[in-house]
This record gives sequence, structure tokens and C-alpha cells, in this order.
Amino acid sequence: MSDLDLFSIVIVSTLIVFFLAQQKAKKWQMTDSGITLHSLPGYYGYLSALWTAIPALLIFAAWSFLEVNATSMLVVGQFAELQALDKSSLSLALNEIHLLAGSGGASSAADASINAQAAVLYLQYMDDSFLLKTSSVLAIAALGFAFTYWRITPATRARNSVEQLTIYALLACATIAILTTVGIVFSVILESIEFFKQIPITDFLFGTHWSPQIAIREDQAGSSGAFGAVPLFWGTIFISIIALMIAGPLGLISAIYLAEYADKKVRSVIKPILEVLAGIPTVVYGFFAAITIGPLVRDFGNYLRDIGVNLDIEIMANLTVSTESALAAGLVMGMMIVPFILSLSDDVISAVPDAMRDGSTAMGATKSETVWKVIVPAALPGIVGGFLLAISRAIGETMIVLMAAGVAANLTANPMDAVTTVTTQIVTLLTGDQEFDSVKTLAAFALGLGLFITTLLLNIIALHVVRKYREQYE
Amino acid sequence: MNNTDIVRSSLKKRYAKEKRFKAYGILSIGLSLFFLLFLLFDITHKATPAFTQTYINLDIDFSHKNLRLEEKSSYSEKELFNASYRKLTSKALYQLFPEVKDRREKKTLRKLVSSGAQYDLRDLVIANPNYIGTKQSIWILADDDVDTFAKDLIDRNLPEVQRRVKDNQIAWIDHLQAQGKIQKELNTKFLTQGDSREPEQAGIWGALKGSLYVMLLTLILSFPIGVAAAVYLEEFAPKNNWFVDLIEVNINNLAAVPSIVFGILGLAVYINLFGVPRSAPLVGGLVLSLMTLPTIIIATRAALKSVPPSIREAALGVGASKMQVITHHVLPLAMPGILTGSIIGMAQALGESAPLLMIGMVAFVADIPQGFLDPSTVLPVQIFIWADSPERAFIALTSAAIVVLLIFLFLMNLLAIILRKKFETRW
Amino acid sequence: MNDKSEVELLQELGDTVGKPTIEGNPRMSCRNVDVFYNKDSQAIFDVSVDLAKNEILAMIGPSGCGKSTLLRCLNRMNDTIDDCVVKGEIKLDGEDIHSKSIDPVLLRSNVGMVFQKPNPFPKSIYDNVAYGPKLHGLTRNNAELDDLVEESLTKAGLWKETKDRLNKPGTGLSGGQQQRLCIARTMAVKPEVILMDEPTSALDPIATATIEELMYELKSSYTIAVVTHSMQQAARISDRTAYFHLGRLVEVNQTNTVFTNPEHELTENYITGRFG
Repeated sequence: MSDLDLFSIVIVSTLIVFFLAQQKAKKWQMTDSGITLHSLPGYYGYLSALWTAIPALLIFAAWSFLEVNATSMLVVGQFAELQALDKSSLSLALNEIHLLAGSGGASSAADASINAQAAVLYLQYMDDSFLLKTSSVLAIAALGFAFTYWRITPATRARNSVEQLTIYALLACATIAILTTVGIVFSVILESIEFFKQIPITDFLFGTHWSPQIAIREDQAGSSGAFGAVPLFWGTIFISIIALMIAGPLGLISAIYLAEYADKKVRSVIKPILEVLAGIPTVVYGFFAAITIGPLVRDFGNYLRDIGVNLDIEIMANLTVSTESALAAGLVMGMMIVPFILSLSDDVISAVPDAMRDGSTAMGATKSETVWKVIVPAALPGIVGGFLLAISRAIGETMIVLMAAGVAANLTANPMDAVTTVTTQIVTLLTGDQEFDSVKTLAAFALGLGLFITTLLLNIIALHVVRKYREQYE
Repeated sequence: MNNTDIVRSSLKKRYAKEKRFKAYGILSIGLSLFFLLFLLFDITHKATPAFTQTYINLDIDFSHKNLRLEEKSSYSEKELFNASYRKLTSKALYQLFPEVKDRREKKTLRKLVSSGAQYDLRDLVIANPNYIGTKQSIWILADDDVDTFAKDLIDRNLPEVQRRVKDNQIAWIDHLQAQGKIQKELNTKFLTQGDSREPEQAGIWGALKGSLYVMLLTLILSFPIGVAAAVYLEEFAPKNNWFVDLIEVNINNLAAVPSIVFGILGLAVYINLFGVPRSAPLVGGLVLSLMTLPTIIIATRAALKSVPPSIREAALGVGASKMQVITHHVLPLAMPGILTGSIIGMAQALGESAPLLMIGMVAFVADIPQGFLDPSTVLPVQIFIWADSPERAFIALTSAAIVVLLIFLFLMNLLAIILRKKFETRW
Repeated sequence: MNDKSEVELLQELGDTVGKPTIEGNPRMSCRNVDVFYNKDSQAIFDVSVDLAKNEILAMIGPSGCGKSTLLRCLNRMNDTIDDCVVKGEIKLDGEDIHSKSIDPVLLRSNVGMVFQKPNPFPKSIYDNVAYGPKLHGLTRNNAELDDLVEESLTKAGLWKETKDRLNKPGTGLSGGQQQRLCIARTMAVKPEVILMDEPTSALDPIATATIEELMYELKSSYTIAVVTHSMQQAARISDRTAYFHLGRLVEVNQTNTVFTNPEHELTENYITGRFG
């Protein structure tokens, strides 16, 4: 028997309970003409079924989530050798135990290693756990059934109870949003605190040297790595600036043109086409930036450098040019953000009342004068809010920078050079094959915390600004 | 000068400005359109080589000696499976080019065909046991470098050190070509195989199946939960309640949290805390459902809001409870809007890759996943993995995988548009 | 006569009665103006009327009679509406406003407009008034601009109330003040004609009275065409009154005559309150 079987049993019994309770209610209706039911018979069925299924499934889910870790801890408790291990080797050992247990290799008694013994014990505990789980889930289901089935009477307010239960279920679903935020905060904050215990927060925030490569041997020089995140922050901001410099004007002017100049037919064709840009996955942009735009930017940089050498312009002659560059990533990211700015700007521009346009036109303003002197200033808070959201998106964008901006932590203002960003480093630090508690992985969580806080603040400010703006014209 | 004259004198300049601004508008839209077309054209152009594959015709000698099989009348499948197929192509090649004697040169010669050719031959023999003991002329899958060369993607005029196909290989290929022993066929492996280190053997079926599992789970989790949450917030939530406000703020912010942060959550909570296996569609689906939830909630709320109060009042007026009004009337009426929003949310999830990198779906997985717990990858991450591979042939494969992904996204969005158009009601 | 139905009256409707045209040089003149929306639906039928210098012409009539549409033709505001076609001849000081030598921008700087709902720009009071002069480059320096703003606000009777808060947003004023600000804004470009589209319909009676007084004062320097819903207002402020019915100009005459002794039965029905 497996978890799936147990789950199926619960579901099938629930269905049976539903029909039983429904039949019971129907019988009252048929036999005793004097009694009127409070609710339709189906509701009595739902009520009993809910009481049978919900508590049982809750126990089932909680148990399933916790049993692997709990059983592992119990197993570790039985072996002094395992207890002696430090955190990271323990997690490795546990991995091996799980693997051994999963492959069934643990059954060979000849294998006497600690891990194999532990695996045998683990399997045994898991069996016990499953037995316990099965019995408690079924017992709870039976209790729930008994609790309702024999207590329902024609006067039971079955519909009201079912509806109240449903509302609680709906509320529980809505609460997941809060749980997610709590989960995010929880996952980044604990590890970040651990990180800042090892690396002072000022070194992290203001240090200009980033090289998380920790030496393999303990005695090697510089084995602690360097975790000054300024080059990462700069890379992130630099690329976001390039992206905004492209997406800002393009998106805003396109939005103005579509809202104020283009006739309806053109607008209804162009807008969806431009929104296609927003639907293209970021990994596609990343590939395009790395394979097509990157080399183009590099060739352009080399061309500039040649001119610089020929004409003896020092800045240009010393240009560092690389295939992975801030410019390539920023350019492509800018194009990705265009539809985002376009549709946000379009919304706020359309929200400016026509009376403003009429007023300005009647004064003898041309269309562009009306746009720049009345509409854009009136829509400015909304536009700024849109730009803030766009910045937040640029900062959090991962795939384009990962594929096209590089991993070199350069503190440079040269857009042709490779830079790295916060998101790139999070991915590189967390996808390598290192143990979970090294400073390197902890650093990724600290970066994640920074990223989360920054984007959260930007979003809150932007949403606030936009909402205030909307209220102004409502 | 009176005012009329002043205005008249400035008119030319002002209209020039007006024209200029209009031109900027057309220019910016044109630039964006150009970029979109350039991107689509570039990727389809780069993808075209991946839709065919080069095959080399070789006379394979399926002698018992070569297969290392004893002579008997019939063989079990296991015997055939364990027979030796490794040398078959090499021997055929040596026969074709008897002048090649040098050991190193022989090695380059062997490399004309894919290292996976032996498995194709094995399957062929298992399907046709009568080949044993005969000689057959068979089209053998070429190596990716030969394939790339045959598609004219490698310039033969480059100095030898700068290209992956060496001079002697070019001579052999030319020879084979002259004899009509090289041809291109439709690339069937691309859609039927899992990932491989050899570009000519690599396919997206594994990634597609992974995506399918992840999407299925995302849909099962996020759709009911999202709709339920939206129904609560829109229909039942008390106004001016701090807890409800907190939920609303959270949903709005989660919709804008960078996707990579969800990956960190998945890593820390699902994998490290709850012990969900890494790289499995289970954890991928769990992470993507959290990301898709806000989209579905927001779309559902908009759809619920658009159902006019008159319908609710009519139903309430005949004595339905609020829950009945919602389940019998409001939800069915809002369903097209809800579905449209959900499809768009699912399309976003299908294209998402950053958070999945965090939870180990970036590992090299050659096997086709068979369930929610098997290690697997998804289409966008497969694209990322291939884009990172140095072999020239992977560029075409990556582009082709992108084309497949874009087709899926296009179809999903098309479905959403059709739904919206078909069921759009003006109240 | 009184027994005829409205439909019959409309069928009988021929040329405009009264005195639609004036002797001498009118400031503006319309001849045989037709206005179409969407090609098939005609909003105005064959209207001919003159606007004399320094007079107030009130345009009255039931809703949808085309009086606002005609008003918007006079400074070509209808250009901003797609599918709106104006036929016939409209002249400002003897020049056709649709001719090439007159440009809509130029025309609108000469023919200002005040709208039904006060629509100050979301800018400061000062910037609202300075908007037009800055746009057209009417002043050479800031001092001249300051003077012009003060002059316009004074004419609009708003200077005393606003001189201490010129940098506050114009949207912070009361409804009546906002409308006077819009009038000041219009006057700042020194137009010859001011068109007013129900300028007091969104205002309370006290604010309405102030605006009416203002209009009366402005008559000495401007020609004013005002669309109004209120017959009392038309009677109070205007020199001549034009009565529109279903896109046709029924009757134009001295205001006194229209209200005391209307020539056309439709006009009589309207002013005696039988419909409208």
C-alpha cells in the first residue's frame, strides 16, 4: 500500500459517506410527510463528506510533509557516529541513506557500513510511520463520519454549515498569499543572518571586491573569499539604467503615439503585436542577447576601438570589449520592457480626461504641445509609477543577464565590458555543487534578501503612486 | 505686431515640431516592431538547420563475427541487446577508405558518424533479426560536426586550426558526397529523444514531458486555489478588515516579486525543509503555482467584478443563498474571464526558467521523466542548458527548441484570445 | 395654429425666421452650414447666422438640437472628432476659417472657448493663465507675462481672490472660481471671439450670477456666443437669441423680441415651456 492508495481510500470513503448521508436525508423526506428538511438532501451529504474528508486529509498532508525529516532525525538519534558529524557532512550522509533506502540496496545484511545500517533502520521507521499514518488518518476519517452522520437530523442547518465551512476553505486559500510572503522572508532571512555572522554587513554592503571562490584547501591564502557586493549592485543598476534608457523613451513615445495620434484600427493592430514582446520568455531574450546582440555589440566595440587607435583617441583606443557585455544585456532587456512601459503609460494617458485635451486645443495648442504641456504633466505620477515598476522588473530579471552579461564582477562604467548582477550571482552560487551551509551559498541568500527588499519597496511605492494618481481622476 | 501676426509667424516652427514628434512616434513603434521581427526571424533562421539531419550511407556487415553472436537459428531479445555493435560503423568506414592506415587518422575517420549510431543499429537489428549474417546498405547518423559542415555552416576556407572539421575529414565528406552517400533527412530525434551531450542525438521530448508534468501540477494547484482565494476576497471578505487588507497587499506585491525569489523559496522551504526531491516536477510545479497564483487571483477578481449586480440581485431575490448565487450564477458567468486569465498565467509559467534553476531542474537529464518524482527539466531550462553548450550544432537545436516553445505559447495565447472574443459579454 | 403637432411644424419648417443676418460687417458669419457625423447622421441642417461685433448671441433649444455642435464649428473644435464633416461657409472677419491661409491653431487663438465643465489644467493658477501666451510666444519677457496674467485675472474678476496663491494648483479653486480661471485663461491670448458652451450649467446660482456679470462686462471688448440651457440666462445677458430645433435654426432675433413676441410657433412652444 502506498500514499496514493491511502489517499484513494479516503476519497472513496468520502464519496460513500456523501451518498449515505444524502440517502438518510431523502428517507426523511419520503417517509415522514410531516417533517420538512431544513436543506436539500445533497447538503446533508456534503456536510458529512466534508467532516469525513477534511480532518483526515489535513492529518495526511501534514504527516507526509514531516515524516521524511522526522524519521531521519530519529535514525540519526540511534547512531552516535552520525550525531558526531557536522551539519554539512550530515546532510551528505542523509542523502546517501535516503538513496540506499530508495534503491533497496539496504536490505543486504552483509553491508555493515553505518549508512547502510541507518538505511535499514530508516526503512523500518518509515514502515512504522506509514502504519501509524494510515491508522490515524482512517481513525480520524471514521470519527468525523460518526460525528456528523448520526447527529444530522431534519432540523440540522446543513446548508448553512456547509457554506460556512466553504467560506473558511476559501479564506484558507486566500491566506496562502500571506504564507508565501512569510515563506520568502523566512527562507532568506535565517540564512542571511547566518551569513552576516561570518561576513560583516558593512563589508557586504560597501566592499568593492567580489570573489566568492573559496580556496579548496584550508591553508590556502585568501580562503575566506571576498564578499563586497558593490560591483554586483553596480552591475544591476548599470544594466537597469541602460534598459530604462531604451525602454523609457520608446515605450512612452509609442504609448503617446498610439493613444493620441494613431487611429483606432492601427492601434488595435499594433498594440497586441507589441505586447507579443512581453509574452516572449526571458530565456529566449537571453539566448538572443548572448548569440546575436552580444557579438554585434562586440564588433561595434572593436570598430570603435580601431577608430580610436587610428585617430589616437585614448579613451576609445583603450576600450575593453567583450562578447558578454552590459550593453547587450541592457539593450535586449530594454526591448523586453518596452511593452510593459507602453501599456502602463497607455493606461495613465487614457485616464487623463478629454476635457484637458479640449481645453488645450481650444487655446490653440497643437497636438504635440497639448501632449507635452498638459497630458504628460497631468499623467506624470502614473508614468513615474510605471517606470518604478519597470525598474523593479529590470532589477529582478535573471535569464538575460545570466546569459548575456557575464559573471565577472567588474566595477566599470564601460557598457561594452562584462558586468555581473545580483540575480546572476544568486544563480551561480546556488546551482553549483557545493554544500548547503558554505559562506558562498549563504551569500546567495543575503543577495536574495537584498533583492526582495529592494523590489518590494519599489513595488509598494509604485503601486501607491499609481493608486493616488487614479483616485485623482475618479 | 498684433497677436495674430505673432501666432502666424510662429506657426511654421510649431508645425515642424509637431511633424517631428509624430515621426518620433512612428520611429519608436517601428523600432520595437523591427526588433520583434528581427528576433523572430533570427531565431527561426538559426533553427532551420536543426530540422534536418545528415546521414551517411554505409555498407554495414552484420556478420556473426562482427556482432559477436554465436551462429544459431534464433536469438532472444536480450542476446541481441547485448551483442556488440560498437565496431560496425568503423569497419564499414575503413572499408570505404582503405587508404587510411594511421591510427590517429582512423580515429578522425571513425568520428564521421555519431557516437550514438551503435544504439540505432542495435534497435535496427532487434527489429529485423534477419539482417544477422548479411550485409546491408544503411543510412547512419552523421556526427554533429559533419552535419554542421554539410549544412554549409562551417567555412572550408578558414585555416584548419580554426574549424572543427579537419582537412582530411572534408576530403572524405566530399568523396562521400560525390558518391551520393550523404543525404539530409527530417530530424525525428529532435522531437522524440531526451537530452544528450551529442547534439545529433539530443531531443526535447524529455524537456517537453517535464514541462507537461510541471504545468499539470501548476494548473491543479493554482487554478482552484486562485479562484477560491479570489471568490473569498471579492465576495465574502469583510471590508476594512486588517487581515483582508494584508492579504490584498501581499497578492499585489507577490505579482511583482522577481521570479528568482520564488526559486529561493522553493529551495529553502520545499527542498531543504520538507525534503521534496530536487529536480523533480513536483517541486517545480509547487514553485510555479505560487508564482501563478497572483495572476489567477487578479484575473478572477476582475472577471467577478464584471458580473453586474443585477444578476446577483435577481438570484438573491428568488431566495438563493449567497453561496448559491456565486456557484450557480456568478462563477459560470465569470468563467470565460477566469479561464483567459488562467491561460495567460499558465503561459507565463511555461516560459519561466529562473526559479527552476534554483531547484535543480538545470541538471543534465537524459532519461525521459515518467512521473512527478523523476528528475527532469523543462523546455525553457533545456533552452538555457543548450545555449550554454559550446558545440556549434547546439545553436540550431536551441533555436529550434525556442521555436517549439514559442509555438506552444502562441497557441495558448490564441486560445485565450478566442475565449475572450467568443464569450465577451457587454452588460 | 396651436393645435399643430411638432412633427407637422417641423415639416413646415422653411428658412430661418427673424433676422439671422445683420447689416454691415459681422465678426463671424455662417452660411448654409451642414454638419455630419459618421456620414449618414446629419447634426446641423443649412444654418446661416451672423455674429456682430461686441454682442452676445445666446443659442438656446432642447437637448440635441445642434447648438453645441454649431458652436464647436466656429473654432474648428470639431476637427478633433473623427468622421465629423462640416460643409458650408464660416467666416471670421470676412475670411473663410476653412481656407488654407487660416490655420486651426491661428483660428483658435482668435476664437477662444470656455467649456461646460470647468477644466483648469492640473497646474498652478499662474501657469493656467500663462499657458496660452507661452504657447504662442505672445510676451517677450517674464515681466510682460506677469502683467498679462494679472490683467487677465483682473478682467475675470479673480485677481483679488488669487493674487496671494498664484502658485497653488488651479484645481484647488471652487467651481465658479475654476470657471472664471478658464475664462481668464482664454482671455490671456486676447481673442476676438469667445465661445461659451453652457458655462454655468455645472455651477451653483451664486457662481452663475458672477459669471453672468462677467460676461456682461466682457461684451465691450469681445464678441461672445453662448450656448445655454437656461432661457432666463439668455434673456438676462444676450443681445440676440437664436433658437435651434433638431439641427435647424428656427428663429433669430433681438432677445426681447424672441421672448416677448416669437415669430415661429416652435419658438413659442419652447419658451412657454411646452417642450424642451
